[in-house]
Amino acid sequence: MSGLRSFVVRRLVLGAGQTAGVVLLVFALTEALPGDAAVTLAGDRPEPERIAAIRASMRLDLPAYERLAHWAGGLLHGDLGRSLVTGRPVTGYLADGLAPTLLLAALTVALLVPAGVGLGVLAARREGGRADRLISSVTLGIYAVPEFAFGVLLVFVFALRLGWLPPTAVGYGGDLLARPAALVLPVAVLLARPVCSISRLVRAGMLDALASPYVAQARRYGIGAARIRYAHALPNAVAPAAQQLARTVDWLLGGVIVVEALFVIPGLGTVLLTAVSARDIPVVQGLAVVFGVLTVALNLAADLVTHRLAPRTGVAA
Amino acid sequence: MRADDRPAPGPGSPAPGPYAPADAFLYPGLHRRGFLAAASGAAAVGALALAGCGAGGSGSDGSGGDAGPPRRGGRLRAAFAGGGANETLDPHLANLFSDVARAKALFDKLADFGADLTPRPRLAASWQPNKTLDRWTVTLRKAAFHHGRPVTADDVLFSFRRIADPAKAFRSKADLDPIDLKASRAKDPRTVEFHLKRPTAEFPDVLAAFGAYIVPAGTRSFDRPVGSGPFRHVSFAPGRSTVLRRFDDYWDGAPHLDELEFVAADEESARVNALLGGQVEYAHELSPATARAHEGRGQIRIVRLKNSAMQAFAMKTDRPPFDDKRVRQAFFLLADRAELVRGALSGAGEIGNDLFGKGYAYYADGLPQRTQDLDRARQLLKQAGAQNLKVTLDTSDVAAGFTEAAGIFRDQAAKAGVRITVRHRDKDSYWSDILESGTLCSYRSGAMPIEMHLSQRLLTDSTTNATHWHHKDFDALYQQARSTADRGERTALYGRMQRRLHAEGGFLVWGFADWIVGTAQRVRGVSRTAPANSLDWARFDKVWLA
Repeated sequence: MSGLRSFVVRRLVLGAGQTAGVVLLVFALTEALPGDAAVTLAGDRPEPERIAAIRASMRLDLPAYERLAHWAGGLLHGDLGRSLVTGRPVTGYLADGLAPTLLLAALTVALLVPAGVGLGVLAARREGGRADRLISSVTLGIYAVPEFAFGVLLVFVFALRLGWLPPTAVGYGGDLLARPAALVLPVAVLLARPVCSISRLVRAGMLDALASPYVAQARRYGIGAARIRYAHALPNAVAPAAQQLARTVDWLLGGVIVVEALFVIPGLGTVLLTAVSARDIPVVQGLAVVFGVLTVALNLAADLVTHRLAPRTGVAA
Repeated sequence: MRADDRPAPGPGSPAPGPYAPADAFLYPGLHRRGFLAAASGAAAVGALALAGCGAGGSGSDGSGGDAGPPRRGGRLRAAFAGGGANETLDPHLANLFSDVARAKALFDKLADFGADLTPRPRLAASWQPNKTLDRWTVTLRKAAFHHGRPVTADDVLFSFRRIADPAKAFRSKADLDPIDLKASRAKDPRTVEFHLKRPTAEFPDVLAAFGAYIVPAGTRSFDRPVGSGPFRHVSFAPGRSTVLRRFDDYWDGAPHLDELEFVAADEESARVNALLGGQVEYAHELSPATARAHEGRGQIRIVRLKNSAMQAFAMKTDRPPFDDKRVRQAFFLLADRAELVRGALSGAGEIGNDLFGKGYAYYADGLPQRTQDLDRARQLLKQAGAQNLKVTLDTSDVAAGFTEAAGIFRDQAAKAGVRITVRHRDKDSYWSDILESGTLCSYRSGAMPIEMHLSQRLLTDSTTNATHWHHKDFDALYQQARSTADRGERTALYGRMQRRLHAEGGFLVWGFADWIVGTAQRVRGVSRTAPANSLDWARFDKVWLA
């Protein structure tokens, strides 16, 4: 077990380094974009004097390394800084964006795991059977449709034509839970492609496992088909899906901008997009920290789950 | 003077953006947010001739032809593209359409622009200049802030001084530049005496400047804003929603609506869907394609606000090849304006004649409409020694139709042997990038009085002179107009300036875009004539629900 512990510690240290690297890279890239926050704020009134005044008020006239050092100093005290544009604390931006994003991600994952695994297992019961062909063709078909197109289609049919569901969550803001009907279509769009990829992975894993020597051996021992399928084959089959699930959760927590924009849900993706357009570097950096930490934590968790499900695969740092 | 229904000046705005599909979390291609371009006038000069009292409100055409007496009550939800989490209720920071719509619901200016971009009195009941046009006495009407205190001359001076604060860089600071705020004073609680740094015949335009809202003296925070506008603050969540309630003691008559809610929906498709699905009753800034799809189908109403955005190409007149006026004249003749309007604006607009301000006061509409003439263009280029000319056209998707127009114009120019390379620039810094660099660029402007356009963009010391039009004699004509009290004489002077611009200026103005608004069927009282940004645009105190 101490091997596992040192693995976790190593991964956490590495993760902190990676997050710092991401933040530095994001800072450098944002600096490299044409124009700064003062220029974008000046918009169509780019009078040089006005830009200079805005720049001074945002302290953008300081050299880049000083601004970065100042921000990093604050970070050590848990202070993510303030928005250049409004002067409001970055943590407020993150908290506002995180709530809808977390809600959507949690709902999606809660439905994704049973749906993806269930469909995969069902399809793998008889390779090439009717269920397999139906599930495979539908999932591949849906996978081929981009989220945006799928979302527009769902809105048109279920909201505008049939009138069963609201077309957007406009104006609901952070109070999405109070309007569950508004969540149905966004979650459906978010689910569509991950369900396909996970069920495909589970199906392939199940087929492999069911064809493996250890399952043949178990059959020779006379173990029941259900027990073989769920107790022996499934854990091995789910291991690769766990990795894919971690990537999906990471994608969801980054704020899926297409879905946020289409359904007017002001999550992290929207916050990021606004911050980048405004060259609001403290907010962008705050988001980079959040995304970095989430990615490191999720991948670590996925590795641990994989290790637990299929110890023989080992853990690669 | 009420019942005004005129159009307003407009802004430039943002482009509705297409989305990109895919799993990635960041789509830089999503363009949201529109800058109200230009609505502000920088220098204010101007002159409304009406020196005396209130310029009148002529032209009220009421509520867009909706019959029946207004009905009181109800809540209207209006969807605008917003500024995301960076939104603020500070009216002096207004930049986007959504900011201005909120600001005008909560606050008032001393004056605002009618459909022809002449100033109409608002909190000012009247204005009166001295003989030399450098001292103006403005009398305030009886009006009160939401907390009950009357609007006084001190509030006006406080607001203007706040905007002009050199440390703050508020958008309309340059507009208020003609005012000597140190010398200006309150003569009594309802009279302000403005001392100007120079004669300014069009001074009332300054009072109507973009963002020149009056806030109570001493205001420091706008977390719970108090204004004198038709609606009072209830709640505000940046980037999400703003809820306002009727102000019963509004000086211009209490609004018909009980409540007004602004919601942010950055994507055009989301605004349309919300409108079609009954989640909002008013959707600002729809695309021409949406308008065509739904116009006359009975589900929603489409309102087209004419002359809301000038569409142009700006030639830098101080550098080759455009420092030769024959090349500029040739470019004027390369453009097939009708094709540009059809292609880049999907037909939602009308053609331009290389002058700003079609339909506005002082517009030189007697000049012949320019049309495409490739032979003459070739001839001019030959005379200028510019055959086989190669030019780079800077553009960006900072505004709807820019990239399309650039592509169409490139093909039109090719017919006369001019090779244009279209170069895409970053949209977030576009307006700043094109100010000094390049030779030819896509350009647009919201509505503003013609004299503001001249003073902001076409004088040697203009701060946003994108065509680098520097002519001492042109400046002199402008100074002369600014000191001329007689409106007829001023009209003649502006006419001379416009004739010169039409003949050899740097703006190839090919069109004027409509601003498209969609409303639910039961919404009444939405002006159909007010250009975006004018007094009656997004004027929710006159709107009611049938």
